[in-house]
Amino acid sequence: MKIANKKVTAERLVKDALAKAKHFEDYNIFTYLNEEGALKKAREIDARIAKGEEVGRLAGVPYALKDNFLSPEGETTAAAHILEGFTSPITATAVKKLEDEGAIMIGRVNMDAFAHGSSTENSYFGPTLNSHDKKRVSGGSSGGSAVAVALDIVEFATGTDTGGSIRQPASFNGVYGLKPTYGCISRYGVVAMASSTDCIGFFTKTPEDMDLLMSIASGKDTKDLTTLDDYYNNSKATKAQKVGIIKDFDNDSVDKEIRRALKHKCELLKSKGYEIVELEMPALKYALAAYYIIVPAEVTSNLSRYDGVRYGFRSDDSVNLDELYSHTRDEGFMPENKRRIMIGNFVLSSGFYDAYFLKAAKARTLIVEEYAKAFSKCNFILTPVAPNPAFKLGEKVNDPVAMYLEDVMSVPLNLAGVPGLTIPAGKTDAGLPIGLQLVGPRRSDKSLIEFSKELAE
Amino acid sequence: MEIKREDILHLADLSNFAISDAEAKSLEKDLGGIIKYISQLDELDTENVEPTYQVFEMENVWREDEILPQEADREALLALTKEEKDNQIKVPKVL
Repeated sequence: MKIANKKVTAERLVKDALAKAKHFEDYNIFTYLNEEGALKKAREIDARIAKGEEVGRLAGVPYALKDNFLSPEGETTAAAHILEGFTSPITATAVKKLEDEGAIMIGRVNMDAFAHGSSTENSYFGPTLNSHDKKRVSGGSSGGSAVAVALDIVEFATGTDTGGSIRQPASFNGVYGLKPTYGCISRYGVVAMASSTDCIGFFTKTPEDMDLLMSIASGKDTKDLTTLDDYYNNSKATKAQKVGIIKDFDNDSVDKEIRRALKHKCELLKSKGYEIVELEMPALKYALAAYYIIVPAEVTSNLSRYDGVRYGFRSDDSVNLDELYSHTRDEGFMPENKRRIMIGNFVLSSGFYDAYFLKAAKARTLIVEEYAKAFSKCNFILTPVAPNPAFKLGEKVNDPVAMYLEDVMSVPLNLAGVPGLTIPAGKTDAGLPIGLQLVGPRRSDKSLIEFSKELAE
Repeated sequence: MEIKREDILHLADLSNFAISDAEAKSLEKDLGGIIKYISQLDELDTENVEPTYQVFEMENVWREDEILPQEADREALLALTKEEKDNQIKVPKVL
């Protein structure tokens, strides 16, 4: 990526990025443009460069921030009405780490409200359009992040991935998108969705940029007790020999152009001397059902804090406290937020807990075990990210189950906590990007990024 | 399991949503479809399988019980609420 120096100023980089953001306004990518703040920071960095000071590994690099990362710059709304007017008094650890290295946030980007969705159509601000076809969705939930990078507005964007929210939009827009190992990057200051699967990651144009961002963002944070020690910077990329493909995903439910792209990459790997191993992972078939029990259960708990009392939107149509809660929550949440909260309450209700929540937690064990078994036979797994390339706007938004099926091949990783990297893998005949997903065992993030270079063409 | 209107109203109540009749109607259809989908877990054999609730590699992460400086002070937090009086958040009457 382009980093500011004595010849190329940070102000130039930021001005160019802001100009591009405005040029592509009709894609509805940004929920907030940080013009003044970004230019001020850029000039400060330029002044430090002029003085010969150390300015960090991301000096003057413009980036886009998914709207569920807290920082005092602009309102943090998670693209939800209920957080309207909320300007955070605190800064997320991930944001702080990036900015300490000189990165400059030029704007906040659109997403499905509270990251509930796979198309960015569930945003209070309306959908973000696909970078390659304006009639199609950007993917989701981090749709704005993916399109901002794909249209070359910014060098990188942040994302969150609870069930595919980085990897699927990356594949729909032809960029790299990494969901790291669970616990790799601090989630302090990021709007919580489902605490046992939420991960923070990035969208980039190259594996090298991804490696740089990971080396900056990963590591233990005393403000997030679910962070691991900094294994990323303390590990070396290991060489792979065997790559697995999942037989259970090789059927008509996956678009034939995506299957063709997967086959092509397998041939490429074989020509480079790698062995392709066929895997049977029958429990993955149940991952989506387990996911849409476990995640809503956690969502219902995490989203109970939004009640209109302490921050954000408050309904002004209530005569007592009970009404303040129920009116604020009814008016402030999007339909998909409500569905997930209600399903969460359903699966946790007495009488249904054993049949749904406990059953899903047991299914999760089988999924974790299946990955462990698979990685005893191969170093990495290569699979599609989603069953199809970017679909048309409006095509699935009124059919929640059809939208959930988008996540069928991305959610198993989150349930197991393993990392996954979306890599660009060509285009369909109609010119839509195709992405494939490279999956590795826990803590293999560095090797995964390194290995993805073997698949580039 | 078949989801009925009264189940929807009960779940809306648990979720603290003051839903309209029109919303209840569409939720009945949507939640019915979702519950039908997730019910397919029934066919998975989980006999003698222990549940997994989290995939973090550690349990019981301890830290010293000490007060650390906070980024946001009382004033900054109170500034976020709609109505404030005498350093307290004001809400409509409880009863």
